[in-house]
Amino acid sequence: MLRIVNFLLVLLLSGGAAAEVADVYDFSDRAQEQRYQNLIEELRCPKCQNQNIADSNAPISKDMRDAVYRMMKDGASNEEIVESLVGRFGEFVRYKPELDSRTFLLWATPAIAVLGGLLVVAGVVIRSRRAGPESPALSAEEQARVNKMLADQDKPS
Amino acid sequence: MKRFLLFLPLLVALVVGVVLFAGIGKDPTKLESALVGKPVPEFSLRDLHNPDAMLDQSLFRGQVSLLNVWGTWCPACKDEHDDLMWLAEEKGVNIIGLNYKDNRDDALVWLDRLGDPYRKIIYDPRGTLGFDLGVYGAPETFVIDAGGVVRYRHVGVVNETVWEQTLLPVINDVQGNG
Repeated sequence: MLRIVNFLLVLLLSGGAAAEVADVYDFSDRAQEQRYQNLIEELRCPKCQNQNIADSNAPISKDMRDAVYRMMKDGASNEEIVESLVGRFGEFVRYKPELDSRTFLLWATPAIAVLGGLLVVAGVVIRSRRAGPESPALSAEEQARVNKMLADQDKPS
Repeated sequence: MKRFLLFLPLLVALVVGVVLFAGIGKDPTKLESALVGKPVPEFSLRDLHNPDAMLDQSLFRGQVSLLNVWGTWCPACKDEHDDLMWLAEEKGVNIIGLNYKDNRDDALVWLDRLGDPYRKIIYDPRGTLGFDLGVYGAPETFVIDAGGVVRYRHVGVVNETVWEQTLLPVINDVQGNG
C-alpha cells in the first residue's frame, strides 16, 4: 500500500515538473533575468487563446521567447522588443495594449465606473443633507395618518 | 425624472447586450495579420527542390500570388492539399509554398505522393520567415500583390468555399487596384 502511495506521489510530483516550461537561458545578472521574465509574462501567445508566452508550451511561444532573449542580448529596449513582436503578430500579443483612440474606452472604463459611483454616492448624500430637519420625511397629512394608525393600534379591539 | 431613472437598468442592459451580441460568431482563434499592407519581410532561404538555389522576396514581384504555409507535420495541410492542387491546375493560381519547420526529405516524399501545386517552395526548416510573417500555426495562406505587398492572411485550411468567398474577392480587388 505504502509503495503504491509513494509511486503515486512520485508520479504527481514529476507531472508537475514536466508541465513547466523548461528553457535554459544565460543571464549576466538577476536584473536581466527578472526583466526577461517580466517581458515574457506580458506577451500573449497568439496560438493559445489566453496564455502568456511564459506559460505556454506552444512552439510559437518557444520561438517568441527565443526572440525576446536574442533581442535582449542584442541590447534592445523593452519597447523595441514588444514593438518588433507586435509588428509580426499584431496587437493581440500585448497583454497591456497601448493607450490610443481604439483602446481609450478599455483603459478609461474603470475610471468611468469609479467616477459614476462617486457621483451617485454624492447625489444621495447631498439630497439627504438638503432634506434635513426643515423638510421632514413625512408631510403634515402623512403625519396625521400615522398618528391615527398608531392610536387605532393602541385601542383594545 | 424618477420614472426615467427606473428605465436606466434596462437601457444599460440593452447597450451591454448589443455590444456583446456583436461579438457572437467571431472566431477568436483567427487573428488579422499585422503584415497586411506591408511588404513581404526580407528573407534569403533555399529552394526546397533545389538546395543550391537561394530564394528571396523578389519571388513575389510581378504577379499576384498565394503564399501557402505548410509542413508534413500538419494534418490540416493534408486536408487542404487537394484543394490547392485544384486551384493550381484548374484555376491557374500562382501558389508559392513555404515549407515551415519541416525537413526536406519528408517534404519531398509528401509532394511526390500528393502532387505539387507550388510554383516555387521556400524551405524554412527553422521557421525564420514564418516568424517574420507572424505565422502562429499552419496552414496559413497569404494573398500577396504584384508589388510584393501582403494584402490578406487566411488562417486555416483553404477549400472551395474559402476560395470563392474569401480569397478570390481579395485577389480580384488587388488586381483591380494594382
